[in-house]
Amino acid sequence: MSMAAFQGHAEEHVHHDHKPGFFRRWLCSTNHKDIGTLYLIFACCGGLFAGVLSLLMRWQLMYPNHHSFLADGQTWNAVITAHGLIMIFFTVMPGLIGGFGNWFVPMMIGAPDMAFPRLNNISFWLLVPAICLVLAGLFTPPGAGIGWTLYPPLSEATYQPGLPVDFTLFALHLAGISSLLGAINFITTIFNMRAPGMTMHKMPLFVWSILVTAFLLLLSIPVLAGAITMLITDRLFGTGFFNPQLGGDPVLFQHLFWFFGHPEVYIMILPAFGIISTVIATFSKKPIFGYLGMVYAMVAIGVVGFAVWAHHMFISGISVDTRAYFMAATLVIAVPTGIKVFSWIATMWGGSIEMKTPMLFAVGFIFLFTIGGVTGVVLANASIDQVLHNTYYVVAHFHYVLSLGAVFGIFAGFYYWIGKMSGHQYPEYWGKVHFWLMFIGVNLTFFPMHFLGAAGMPRRYPDYPNAFAGWNFVSSVGAYISGLSLLVFLYVVYRTFTSKEHVADNYWGEGATTLEWALSSPPPFHTFEELPRIG
Amino acid sequence: MRLLGRCGALALALASLMLATPVLAQGKGPAGIIGEPHDWQIGLQPGYSPVMRDINWLNNDIVIPIIGVISLLVAALLVFVLWRFNAARNPIPSRLTHNAPLEVAWTVLPALVLVGMAIPSFRLVFFENKTNDPYMTLNVTGHQWYWEYGYPDQGNLDFMSNYIPQNELKPGQLRLLSVNHPLVLPVGENIRILETSGDVIHSFFVPSLGVQRYAIPGQTIETWVRIDRPGTYYGECNQICGIGHHEMPIEVQAVPLQQFLAWAKLAKQQMAENGSVPPVSAVAAAGSGDGTAGVATAKVAELAYHPAARPDKGD
Repeated sequence: MSMAAFQGHAEEHVHHDHKPGFFRRWLCSTNHKDIGTLYLIFACCGGLFAGVLSLLMRWQLMYPNHHSFLADGQTWNAVITAHGLIMIFFTVMPGLIGGFGNWFVPMMIGAPDMAFPRLNNISFWLLVPAICLVLAGLFTPPGAGIGWTLYPPLSEATYQPGLPVDFTLFALHLAGISSLLGAINFITTIFNMRAPGMTMHKMPLFVWSILVTAFLLLLSIPVLAGAITMLITDRLFGTGFFNPQLGGDPVLFQHLFWFFGHPEVYIMILPAFGIISTVIATFSKKPIFGYLGMVYAMVAIGVVGFAVWAHHMFISGISVDTRAYFMAATLVIAVPTGIKVFSWIATMWGGSIEMKTPMLFAVGFIFLFTIGGVTGVVLANASIDQVLHNTYYVVAHFHYVLSLGAVFGIFAGFYYWIGKMSGHQYPEYWGKVHFWLMFIGVNLTFFPMHFLGAAGMPRRYPDYPNAFAGWNFVSSVGAYISGLSLLVFLYVVYRTFTSKEHVADNYWGEGATTLEWALSSPPPFHTFEELPRIG
Repeated sequence: MRLLGRCGALALALASLMLATPVLAQGKGPAGIIGEPHDWQIGLQPGYSPVMRDINWLNNDIVIPIIGVISLLVAALLVFVLWRFNAARNPIPSRLTHNAPLEVAWTVLPALVLVGMAIPSFRLVFFENKTNDPYMTLNVTGHQWYWEYGYPDQGNLDFMSNYIPQNELKPGQLRLLSVNHPLVLPVGENIRILETSGDVIHSFFVPSLGVQRYAIPGQTIETWVRIDRPGTYYGECNQICGIGHHEMPIEVQAVPLQQFLAWAKLAKQQMAENGSVPPVSAVAAAGSGDGTAGVATAKVAELAYHPAARPDKGD
């Protein structure tokens, strides 16, 4: 440890805003803002890496019969596995929950920090070995070619022998522990550390979204942990939980996986809901419409989200009554989701709307999430899913809600709060260029995938029959445009951090009403040492 | 989505125009329909089984119009709100945050729409489940990376079906869709399909026939099909199964019952003699008189002469 760090420690008592030295501040951090920043940097790196993987995939799929280095089925499967896992566990989750959640949940409820600062630190640092293990699973020949769904028997030692799959499974264990500790921390913080007067029904919707998300994590991650532990003992110690020759059942894994996996998709989208609600209210200069409806729509989505998992298994031979139940339960989720979309529009209704970059991303989110939502209704029909299951229609659907939903939520949050977090404002012009390039790019990438899926193109194919060539080419062009938009984003980041201008405490004006806007930009190292009183 | 709905209807119109006159099958397949994806296709493949016809109806006539209207409504509201309540046009924001009747309406109306959609969908789910009156059973076994087809009612005829590597493709055969020994099935009969797997999970997926179930080791999963018209129907493995996931397509050749029975009998005989599987073109369609070689034609004539051929399923 450096001398500076040591001195920093000694001086903390006299001058509360004195930051510790580099090592203590960033590697042993217990400050929610610093840990949030680490999460955001981590998510950015994860997203760029997994984004490069998607560009490589679109390059391989640009033409039929394309013999790139990805044409080998095992390499291909390893790449799609890493793309999925990194985007989910190392981009969207750390960005939305670890990044914005850590930064703004304590500030929005008027708390000085998270309830368990050291737990917060280890939550973040567990992600680093976790992503290293995912990368080891990708780069150790022959690669973990099992898909992010990890279905046995393909993931059993007989069919994927060697270390790569073990690396991947242990990566999920570490990422799972990280999420679980984070969830415990958020729940404790939100329940116990609200400032006087900040009742549950006064909490900003972003805090509610993180609370519901934390409960989903708390209840679903242990089930994933159980499933992959069984898979690991199957692989390494000769048990046969999922091996029919040893009395096991491959479908059991699918039930366990999706009992986690379906709440997981809400874990990724709910915090984005929270950000979008905040941004829409700010730029319409109106309080959110139907606050209680919005809160309990999220709670309802969280609760019902636990009872719909087997809609991922309509083709797995589950009984017809089971299919009918899971179809009905899945359709129910469309109702609270509809409430959210209509309430966002009603919030804008009568407002005085300013189309700044965060608002562009938020409005884009509403429209694209609606498209992803209605194709979800199509897929919820077990009858129709019989010919859409596992096709590119599904790929289109979940990229509309995640790649265009959750990721647009992340960018809305970035543009909304970067001035607060860094003290420097982003360049508005380049922010808008980023939005429009990305909007065009992702739609061009993913909309044609509906057509490919309806025509019957299966997912996870490195090569396809020639009839699918046309739309695949269009989709790849769209991916390149999206890639270009990410370069523009990096330029925005560069311009923001090299900017000499400092922003005011509340640079969005009257529409921004949550507590973080009462603090300076950037906020002091320690905030709310005296608790604010909410009227 | 609205675009998909409109384009889907357009695609269907085009497809039905194209299919109004039966297309001659390519390669060695039987004459008739070809169930395959097309360049720039935007809708579902047309249906050639009762199940797929119903899926097309439910998707194209019920679900897509509903979600199209909803997407259009949301888009129109967004555009209107952004135009009408722009800061320049509406500098003073209202404080409107509650409207109970409106909130009840946008909770109840979508629920009613969903119920309306779910009723035909539930009926179809149960219709898709299984056939109570199968004429015959087909055993489908997935392997890394080929399909095995068994005909327990045709004397346990059983053979493997592999994809054709690119350098062995003959003119008219489709890359990553054509196979060396297609699955031959009779038209107009209910066929019970029992699926399992010899190794990992695969998915037996023939879009134009509306058939898809996983093939899972240690389990037997049932589904069914009845093919409307003679022709060739292509499908693919649809569950990640390793290196050759994309190299185990499905080619179904559907022929009239008599021709199927003749083929099954000939195939059984040839399998016993030299282990080869004859193409279905080795037996001509009854009464078509297209002059296919000696033995086979004689067999068809013989079968056509015995009306009892149907009940005993050619065993």
